Amino acid sequence: MLRFIATRCLGLIVILFCVVTITFFLVRLMPGGPFDRERKLPEHIEKQLLAKYKLDGPLAEQYINYLGDLVHGDLRLSTKYRSRSVNEILADSLPVSGLLGGIAFCVATIGGVFLGSLAAAEQHTWIDRTAMLAALFAISLPSFVIGPLLVLVFAIYVPVLPVGGWGTLQSLILPSITLAAPYAAYIARLTRASMLEILTQDYIRTARAKGLSENAVIYKHALRVAILPVVSFLGPLAANLLTGSIVVESIFSIPGAGSFFVNSVLNRDGFLLAGVVIVYCTLLVLFNLIVDVLYGFLDRRITLYD
Amino acid sequence: MTKSQSPWTKLRRNPAAVASAIILIVVALAAIFGPGFLPAGFGEVTRNSFLPPSDQHPFGTDLNGRDLLYRVLLGARISMIVGIAGALVSFVVGIIYGMVAGYGGGQADSIMMRFVDVLYAIPRLIFLLVLISALDPLLRRGMETHGLQALIGYSKIVILILCLGLTEWLTMARIVRGQVLSLKSQQFVLAARSIGQSHFNIIFQHLLPNLIGVALVYLTLTVPAVILDESFLSFLGVGVQAPLASWGLLLSDAAQVINPVKGYWWLLVFPAIAMSLTLLALNFLGDGLRDALDPRQRR
Repeated sequence: MLRFIATRCLGLIVILFCVVTITFFLVRLMPGGPFDRERKLPEHIEKQLLAKYKLDGPLAEQYINYLGDLVHGDLRLSTKYRSRSVNEILADSLPVSGLLGGIAFCVATIGGVFLGSLAAAEQHTWIDRTAMLAALFAISLPSFVIGPLLVLVFAIYVPVLPVGGWGTLQSLILPSITLAAPYAAYIARLTRASMLEILTQDYIRTARAKGLSENAVIYKHALRVAILPVVSFLGPLAANLLTGSIVVESIFSIPGAGSFFVNSVLNRDGFLLAGVVIVYCTLLVLFNLIVDVLYGFLDRRITLYD
Repeated sequence: MTKSQSPWTKLRRNPAAVASAIILIVVALAAIFGPGFLPAGFGEVTRNSFLPPSDQHPFGTDLNGRDLLYRVLLGARISMIVGIAGALVSFVVGIIYGMVAGYGGGQADSIMMRFVDVLYAIPRLIFLLVLISALDPLLRRGMETHGLQALIGYSKIVILILCLGLTEWLTMARIVRGQVLSLKSQQFVLAARSIGQSHFNIIFQHLLPNLIGVALVYLTLTVPAVILDESFLSFLGVGVQAPLASWGLLLSDAAQVINPVKGYWWLLVFPAIAMSLTLLALNFLGDGLRDALDPRQRR
């Protein structure tokens, strides 16, 4: 087990290295620089700016220096949000996105698994059909439609929740539902499909034959195995949700990290971009590792070290 | 059990899939011929901003006084073209990449699949934005130097198709590779090899027909995904630009002018209905196709 985790952590470093390299050179190859404005800057000022942000000298040398800074945990200065370091920006915004994403993660997982098992247990009834239709709607509607619709209903026509903002418990409800809806729907579909397959197996018939209640059969025996495909989806899901969504955050005016994903590319803010990509990748690899370990616990037939 | 029905019969017995196919045909016909039936000038900017739905403007008008029905139909055209063409790009790239990796096997396979893993680890949105901002000026400049100024308004659509296709192929490649891995150890491949057929022939005459079904199912599920992605890009302001329209652009315009005081509900509701109906139909059809073609159920 320890050896497995150690190899995977080593793999993380390799992947991070590849991804950092790709982002570094991609941003440099893109047309346009971070200091391009309508009017061209005087040459000496541009030179000073480039020197301040360590963007001068040959590309290979810059790259080596940047890797050196990264090893020391320095993500460098943002070229757009002047004089703020990427470390500061991420430290301010990631906890906000993380909290919202964490809630959405729980809503999506619990809601999706519950709906999916319910639909499978009640296959071919109206419960099953309604749940799956709702799931397909949630997958087909983009979040910038779900969000404003929820606002229209629960904040404007029936004013029980705030339109947006950050800081109160109530203001978390609509954004986390909006964020969770498509993922909950996807998980519900996954759970239903895998549950239907499990329910035809022999050990389920045995459980029923020895007189267990239907609830015990489904939620105790079948779910334990049926949940495996869902578990393997949870890694990417967590990485996606915890790093924030620009759409949901801009609809509900939440000061999260989602907007940096988009704006750093549009502003050619290479170091900020590399920063968010590093955070995303680390989360992705770590959660995939957790998922794999969890897999071993849920299904003893799987061994991690072969 | 009766002898297994053909996939086509199975699909026709699925009411949701049939209804979806009809809806899609209607939407496609409306998108192609609809704008021609509307009175001329409905797409022009006028002073009749924010008219609610009426006999003359069944869907109302938008901020710039354009008829919303006309805009929704125009949006249908562009969204569908981007969705289908983008999915086709991902289909071709994914199939070729997956077949080469799976058939090549060994070291080549593991290097190619690690590369896919690395691309998976980059957030897709970033990947897309970088591709778009790198390729867009390139194509624009190319069109200018080759005397294609008239088409420059459409260069963004070409870029969107290319970039969405080039970011959507990863899953397709994985699926195809998995299929090739299991197919290539079967006896018909060995037989083909033993009568001296070339690798090219084996790949295209023996492997491709066997995996095209699974790939086609995934293709129908990629189309709605690409339409959804395009709408996100338009929402962020890097997608289709006015005076062209896509559903995403219409919805993002609507989301910006809707507020508690002025409930211009039609701006949000009609494009949302058009888009979600189409996406629902595509998803239903894809699910129906998968059920009909799923090899595990055919056994």
